[in-house]
Amino acid sequence: MSASSTAEAPFVPKTKVGSFTNFVDERVGGSGILREFGRKVFPDHWSFMFGEVALYSFVILLMSGTFLTFFFDPSMAETHYQGSYTPLYNVEMSVAYSSSLNISFDVRGGLFMRQVHHWAALLFVASLGVHMLRVFFTGAFRKPREMNWVVGGVLLILAMAAGFTGYSLPDDLLSGNGLRIIDGVIKSIPVIGTYTSFFLFGGEFPGTAIIGRLYVLHILLVPALILLMIVIHLFMVVVHKHTQYPGPGRNDGNVVGYPLGPVYAAKAGGFFFIVFGVLALMAAAFTINPIWNYGPYDPSPVSAGTQPDWYIGFVDGALRLMPGVINDFHFEWVIFGRTLTLNVLLPALVPAGIIFTVLFMYPWIERWITKDNREHHVLDRPRNAPTRTAIGVAGFTWYCVMWAAAGSDLIATHFHVSLNDVTYWLRALFFIGPVIAFIVTKRIALALQRKDREIALHGRETGRIVRLPHGEFIEVHAPLDEYKRYKLVGFESPAPIPAQPNEHGVVTRKEKRRAALSKWFFEDRVAPATPAELEAAHAHGHHEAIAAGEDQKSLSH
Amino acid sequence: MKALSQKRRHPLAAIALLLMGLLLTGGLYAVATTVNQAKADTTSFSASDVEEGGKLFAANCATCHGMGASGTQDGPSLVGVGAAAVDFQVGTGRMPMQMSGPQAQKKPAQFNEEQTKQLSAYVASLGAGPAIPEEHLLDGKGDAANGGELFRVNCAMCHNAAAAGGALTRGKFAPGLAGVSAEHIYEAMATGPQNMPVFNDSNVTPEDKRDIITFLKTIEANGSPGGAELGSLGPVSEGLFVWVAGLGVIIAFTIWLTSRTS
Repeated sequence: MSASSTAEAPFVPKTKVGSFTNFVDERVGGSGILREFGRKVFPDHWSFMFGEVALYSFVILLMSGTFLTFFFDPSMAETHYQGSYTPLYNVEMSVAYSSSLNISFDVRGGLFMRQVHHWAALLFVASLGVHMLRVFFTGAFRKPREMNWVVGGVLLILAMAAGFTGYSLPDDLLSGNGLRIIDGVIKSIPVIGTYTSFFLFGGEFPGTAIIGRLYVLHILLVPALILLMIVIHLFMVVVHKHTQYPGPGRNDGNVVGYPLGPVYAAKAGGFFFIVFGVLALMAAAFTINPIWNYGPYDPSPVSAGTQPDWYIGFVDGALRLMPGVINDFHFEWVIFGRTLTLNVLLPALVPAGIIFTVLFMYPWIERWITKDNREHHVLDRPRNAPTRTAIGVAGFTWYCVMWAAAGSDLIATHFHVSLNDVTYWLRALFFIGPVIAFIVTKRIALALQRKDREIALHGRETGRIVRLPHGEFIEVHAPLDEYKRYKLVGFESPAPIPAQPNEHGVVTRKEKRRAALSKWFFEDRVAPATPAELEAAHAHGHHEAIAAGEDQKSLSH
Repeated sequence: MKALSQKRRHPLAAIALLLMGLLLTGGLYAVATTVNQAKADTTSFSASDVEEGGKLFAANCATCHGMGASGTQDGPSLVGVGAAAVDFQVGTGRMPMQMSGPQAQKKPAQFNEEQTKQLSAYVASLGAGPAIPEEHLLDGKGDAANGGELFRVNCAMCHNAAAAGGALTRGKFAPGLAGVSAEHIYEAMATGPQNMPVFNDSNVTPEDKRDIITFLKTIEANGSPGGAELGSLGPVSEGLFVWVAGLGVIIAFTIWLTSRTS
């Protein structure tokens, strides 16, 4: 309609503002973009907003970080601190540490900006992690979103890299200890380790180059890569459209929600300021990384309570859990004159390697096992995919055991237990924790499914007890309304797919393995109540109600 | 000189040399360790202090430390530990010990100042040891920056860089130092209670000890420039805070934002 009208008579704006916007629109086509994007529909659910939190934290990181670059000097040259923090006055330190102290004490608003930046960094990685957990447990990584899941995983790694390079910049004692551990881990890599370390640090640790190099990575390379990945990530979100939770009227062919403009855009914009506000409040009222406490980096002292920021904690925890010697078995060998220190190499690289390999490959693993090649836009409730949920919780438990181990000393002091006992328990949990978590989670998921089925079939318990004329007590169940019932019955419960012969009529060994995994995946299942079952249950309930009302018919029971 | 070189293969030359070496090192050691020798007690303990202290000791301490503080299976001998050790252990309530455990716990002091002084006098009278520090070493007017460096090098690995305390092996721990009196800090350094090593006067001079005390008192008085310090426990409490409080508040907001739809 509009096309035909413009063809007849060109649009002539009546006001000055109108003619100005029309001028711009005719050249950049803004209204077309707005029409396209403004009508993008997003489903509403609180758990869909963690990605947004991560995005907003990143924007806040860029803004506060830019402020910090105005005053930070990444030089490792030696200087004597002349700023206003007396307990460090005239202490010998690097220019980097001195300028960090100046930002904290002598630049107006500097300490606040440093704290906003650091809290935002912690929240950035935390919201990324929670976002990924949400995506995993709801099955949002399934076709067509496998690649976007991988992009998300890359973003998590980049976020950790950004965090760690930033953590090391102030050149205080805490971050220097962290760098020393990284140096040790790099050196534990066979053959190339020492060379890599010398390359990275420009000679023997700590050298005079590392802060400048980390600074370039921290403010240029890593944020640029993060930005690139965010663009790819959001582009794919637009292409795939957003997933939605199951509900009446929702299926794999539609998206039920609100259009981006105007309400959703306003909400999202407002949410940015909420995140900013929460971070600003935290930065104003709670101190983070008090570098003045730690003092300048010096390779000799190590403070008690030296830990990395939380997202690197699991690696630190794994290092703490690793024994150096078991009975007489040493984990450090000298082979051909080169030292192989498995007690550093194994804990530092293997758990992280396993976690990220499984994380990246999981969509393909599940697709192979389930032979499910369909597109999925409706999410699974976690209970309706018991084995996947159990795998996720087992992995998360494993992560949490290592994470907790990074705070083993504080667990010991604050719960008044022996540090050694904490370590022994966590070592045991490192192996059996995921197994217990898997079994317990799967059983809970199945139990919840049975409860759902029960409620769908027989309605909810009202708590009203009725005594029948012949003396029997029954509790009256109220039937669910259709919308609530849909949620309880509207899901798939796939059965195991037995091994299938290929085109040559041969059942391959790989296919047999897949069939075994499929059995393991789907063997324990609670099928949703079918319409026939619902019909039968309702007829039964109706019958019971009649029976309760009429004396004669009670004989039939 | 020639006579000496001619005798160098004499059968007794080796013995003479050994003797000389021993005398030299022993003599040097004796000279060096005079720095650590117990100083004459500056706090004047009267004879009645010692006598009263002896009675208190027999009634309260001798069960474990033995009559005459000579030690039993349950407690070490206190001969030569000095007045500083008694003042620290009794003054902070660690002694008399509440119960056996990985280490003696702090608790409200069981003896008043007068009685603590008398006990110190008694134990000091049994043998020379570190004395109660002089007043001017405790005034907190030393060099805080120097004290901070010494603290980070010597103390922070157990007590934490912000003196918030830390864990040791098998249930032992280094306590936080906020609120500990200057006198007790000094005495702890001089006597090495529980698992703490002794920082004697040749390791850390009395002036350096004064600087360390100054540093601790300065950071305690300064408070936390950046807001609530979350226990000064480093990244663990920060991570816990962002996950529980930060993310918790954010989740509350997300639920609020999406509550009016669907």
